[in-house]
Amino acid sequence: MIALNNLHKSYFNGSNQLHVLKGIDLEIQDGELVSIMGSSGSGKSTLLNILGILDNYDEGNYYLADKLIKDLNETKAAWYRNQMIGFVFQSFNLISFKNAVENVALPLYYQGVPRKKRNRIALEFLDEMGLKDWADHLPNELSGGQKQRVAIARSLITNPNVILADEPTGALDSQTSYEVMDIFKKVNEKGITVIIVTHEKDISERTDRIIHLADGLIDKEYRPKKTMDYV
Amino acid sequence: MFNLDQWQEIFSTIRKNKLRTLLTAFSVVWGIFMLVLLQGAGNGLAEGVLYNFSDARNAVWMGGGTTSMAHEGYNAGRRIELTNEDLDLLDKHFPEIENISARHYINANVISYKNNYGDFGVFAIHTGHQVAEALELVEGRLLNEYDIQHYRKVAVIGTSMREQLFKEENPIGKYIKINNISFKIVGVFGDIHEGETSRAYIPISMAQKTFIAKNSIGFFTFTAGNANVEEINATVEKIRRMYAGKHHFSLDDQRAMWSHNALENFQQMQMVFKAINLFVLIIGIFTVIAGVVGVSNIMLIVVKERTKEIGVRKALGARPRSIIFLILQESVFITGIAGYIGLFLGVILLESINKVMPATEFFRNPGVNLKMAVFATLLIIIAGALAGFFPARKAAHIKPVVALRDE
Repeated sequence: MIALNNLHKSYFNGSNQLHVLKGIDLEIQDGELVSIMGSSGSGKSTLLNILGILDNYDEGNYYLADKLIKDLNETKAAWYRNQMIGFVFQSFNLISFKNAVENVALPLYYQGVPRKKRNRIALEFLDEMGLKDWADHLPNELSGGQKQRVAIARSLITNPNVILADEPTGALDSQTSYEVMDIFKKVNEKGITVIIVTHEKDISERTDRIIHLADGLIDKEYRPKKTMDYV
Repeated sequence: MFNLDQWQEIFSTIRKNKLRTLLTAFSVVWGIFMLVLLQGAGNGLAEGVLYNFSDARNAVWMGGGTTSMAHEGYNAGRRIELTNEDLDLLDKHFPEIENISARHYINANVISYKNNYGDFGVFAIHTGHQVAEALELVEGRLLNEYDIQHYRKVAVIGTSMREQLFKEENPIGKYIKINNISFKIVGVFGDIHEGETSRAYIPISMAQKTFIAKNSIGFFTFTAGNANVEEINATVEKIRRMYAGKHHFSLDDQRAMWSHNALENFQQMQMVFKAINLFVLIIGIFTVIAGVVGVSNIMLIVVKERTKEIGVRKALGARPRSIIFLILQESVFITGIAGYIGLFLGVILLESINKVMPATEFFRNPGVNLKMAVFATLLIIIAGALAGFFPARKAAHIKPVVALRDE
């Protein structure tokens, strides 16, 4: 379970203070498929970064699986990210000089899993994404959709509690976007919480719960109609 | 710390950034290469020049000059001629010196054997002179006391003189003519100094009966045992005082008598080369520093360039320590290999010079002080690691969200 109580976050730029999150209260249960929407500058990416322990916050509390995530040192934060969180980014963020299977295996490297074993596991995850034949290819030899599937495989390999996806379809055409959303849906069906930040309405409507941010606060929250209508 | 995965990471980044790696490596290769080369050249110069000190290190040479001051009723401009008597005095009053010997140059010295002849130096000596000159016996024997006492017409000749006069023939027992007087060759000598082997030595006693004035000794040499420079100089001063009284010249008259102290001269040269070596070392270290600065610069760029990748790695669970090690290991690896290559190239070049170039009076056996070069290589590795460490630590400590935003 993810719980946020009165979360505040400001950025300082010289003498200017930019108050981005102005008291977020939010609970996300295990196994939910949630999207966070909002216009640019609404604070949705900041919120996701805090959820991913990529950034800290100023005020309030953040509980991840009943643990208070606050003021962690880098080593501790790295451990939590590695164990509990899987990231999917808009620009994929694959390491360009590593092939697909090595990219997928990277989180296990930081767990100290031996090379052979982690590459074998990585290959299984790639297979699940239908990319077994592309295992030896470098990222620049893959299409956008393929890259994002490699990234998803990478986010899943540590069997995390939650997947955080920042505009995962932002760089993809709509057909590929829907395929990626289908993958997230399947992942979610296995019981993993998936949180997707997006500004695309049709993407958000493929999730079970939409949280809408405006000006640093949650202004509305609703459940979309049955998504299958669109297919 | 050996970790196959880490090495695979490093090799893949090196493969990815061949040019950059090459440039980093080159500055280090160059730094060490120059250091090795300068060191080697400095050593070659020192070896070459010091090698020319072919005489016995404790030899002293003294001789009469021309007075420059009027003294005890004598005019200035008088030549001081030393005689047998003077050598006897020396022998009597200075038990601390050995191998006292005259050395008189013989004029008009066309030497012939059968139809071969040549122009060679001839010196009339006592046996001690052979010690002062540090002659090496090649064949036969050197001059001995018997030759001196019995006015024997014998000679020892140098190796290049033998070559010119006798070619392949064995000269021992053969007769050569010096100014039409026959001398029997009893030995052949070598001398480290090539130029001093195209000469012949004959007994001074014999020369005094034929070629030169009866008592004349030219100048003289002796060796000073294990005395140090100060002790030798004190002895020389005492000898001057003795002769000043006997030959009536002023002790202040520097021109009346000259002296040459081989040990002092040798030590002065050693000092000069110590200074040159220090100078070369300083230049070498600055060259290495230039290499280090190059490495630092490029490591900074490396870290800057990889900021985003570092952000991704951190998002995936990389601890700061593993990021630091990754960058460090890469820089240490590159600088280590490059340093070794520089060292290797430098040594190879010096060895080839050594092989191809004949030793001269100014340059011989250029060699590198291996300890020094290894020290420099270690230094450059440590410096490379330091250069990589600070940017790496900085990169490892910035928040991953900032690193991820980096384009």
